[in-house]
Amino acid sequence: MIAVTDQPIDIQACLDAVQSERAGAVDVFIGTVRNHNNARSVVRLEYESFDSMAIRKMTELAEEAARRWPVEKIAIVHRKGVLSIGDVAVVIAVATPHRAESFEACRWVIDTLKQVVPIWKKEIYDDGEEWLEAHP
Amino acid sequence: MELTVHLFGITRDITRKSRHTVVLEEGSSVQDLLRRFYTEYPELEGLKSLVVAVNDEYAEPTQVLNIRDEVALIPPVSGG
Repeated sequence: MIAVTDQPIDIQACLDAVQSERAGAVDVFIGTVRNHNNARSVVRLEYESFDSMAIRKMTELAEEAARRWPVEKIAIVHRKGVLSIGDVAVVIAVATPHRAESFEACRWVIDTLKQVVPIWKKEIYDDGEEWLEAHP
Repeated sequence: MELTVHLFGITRDITRKSRHTVVLEEGSSVQDLLRRFYTEYPELEGLKSLVVAVNDEYAEPTQVLNIRDEVALIPPVSGG
């Protein structure tokens, strides 16, 4: 299951998507919107996505994860649009036969997603706004 | 050739557009396209990085552009 959605992410649907009788472990990463960054109060976030390329890159991540670890099933779902504090921004669920590889694969997928998938986050503060990572 | 370039995130804010049409000579490269943007919008030079995607794939600066390519500017990503 690979998706970019402007609707709230259904975490249970992500878990259902990776259900496998061959899996002894499902590791789930849930990225949520926190109320501060670099000592500034965050009011909300706005995520923008280049959907077609984001889906392509997320699919490549799933394929690469399956080459590196014995992945039975994987779900990568990212939210876009306006998000409030506490909202779920991203869910990654990885099912593998044993727990060690599901932890490793899940961590690799979220770390690499943040580097290569064309999605952008703008933080809105009390007193301004900023696209993250944009400037040196 | 005329190319419509898709703009996202801070590049959309800087150009105040979600698409920008540029006219380039046949055989122009990704680097030529970027140079054009830097000339027109010098503020783009202040970004940490700026790369070009061609047909949903990150492109090398030397890649030659084709009239049918789908082109996008990719400022530093910040998903997750």
